Amino acid sequence: MKKTLLAILGASLLFGAISANATPEQDRKELLDYFKHKSPNVKFDDYVNGAFIYNADALNQYNSIMEFPPFYTVVDQGKKMWETPFKNGKTYASCFPDGAKNIAGRYPYFDEGLGKVVTFEMALNSCRKANGEDELAYDDMGTMGVLTSYARTLSDGMRMNVRVEGAKAVAAYEKGKQHFYSRRGQLNFSCASCHVHQAGNIIRTEYLSPVLGQTTHWPVFRGGETLFTLQKRYEGCNKLVRAVPYKSGSEEYNDLEYFHSYLSNGLPMKASVFRK
Amino acid sequence: MRKSPTLLLAASLAGMLLATANGYAQEQQKPAEPTGQELAFNNAKGNCLACHMLPGDPKAVTNTNIAPPLVGMKARFPDKAKLRAQIWDATKANPMTVMPPFGRNLILTEQEIDKITDYVYGM
Repeated sequence: MKKTLLAILGASLLFGAISANATPEQDRKELLDYFKHKSPNVKFDDYVNGAFIYNADALNQYNSIMEFPPFYTVVDQGKKMWETPFKNGKTYASCFPDGAKNIAGRYPYFDEGLGKVVTFEMALNSCRKANGEDELAYDDMGTMGVLTSYARTLSDGMRMNVRVEGAKAVAAYEKGKQHFYSRRGQLNFSCASCHVHQAGNIIRTEYLSPVLGQTTHWPVFRGGETLFTLQKRYEGCNKLVRAVPYKSGSEEYNDLEYFHSYLSNGLPMKASVFRK
Repeated sequence: MRKSPTLLLAASLAGMLLATANGYAQEQQKPAEPTGQELAFNNAKGNCLACHMLPGDPKAVTNTNIAPPLVGMKARFPDKAKLRAQIWDATKANPMTVMPPFGRNLILTEQEIDKITDYVYGM
């Protein structure tokens, strides 16, 4: 009976979520209800722990790794990058209010002037450009990735607070939503196939993470050492289903990140974490 | 046009030697044809274990709970062709399924699907 209810809820969610009439807030609440029914014992804030919420042993492993993360030297390196002045003497902190503390949760946002979605990484590049420096490549984990591994920690604890207001912003959000729910690749999966409908289930030996909370903790260090930004991970997911990936920093991924991040509104941010 | 018999003989001898050498090399390098079980386990091929338990095969290592376990297949699919069709394109029977359309999207060859069908049908 419970399974049937879940199936009905799942099906209505799938169709409901793709309907163009739902507002972003309706989408988010529907997903929240879906996950509440799916895992009644999981507390809202715990969704930042991804697939670990489904497995106590894995969560313990995560917690012990996070006590002395093997990647702390990389985050230190990011801190140095963040604090090293540009040639003109200014720093990244000068480009953001309050030195960029508690700001990452407001990204991505829709910039009416530019007419497009702006990610936190784009804001870092704008800062460089404004100060006469070359921009960093969005898919370069050794520069942009390392920089964000520190810069994003300045927003740890901040609650995700992405806004979608105005017709153009909603259009960008809808494009991201469409990417999320569309089947793609030779294997014919959508993002939702695994991270909504099968979230919490085990694919061979690994739990599938829920979409809720997925955007709150980037970059991650997979296996404790390999740095991935969120959009680098999108590339990896697209490749896994044998689709041609878009590029990190592409409008396609920016819109996806916009939609994806909105769903995690209200969850606490925590950058630079261990993932399997 | 006249050809020297010695040259012809030399050429044909060389050809034979080459053919033998090639044949030998090919036999050495040719990988054994994968079995239905291997194709079913391989995550670059059938990858059945990603989503299906296979309780009838002690060598199947998986903790998955995504799709129904592959067990009692002959009872569930009295018509083996229906099982093959399900592997070839499961979206035909259920558009909502997450099972990849192995035949339609050319993930597996027809022969590979035959082998996997045979293997799974024995479960």
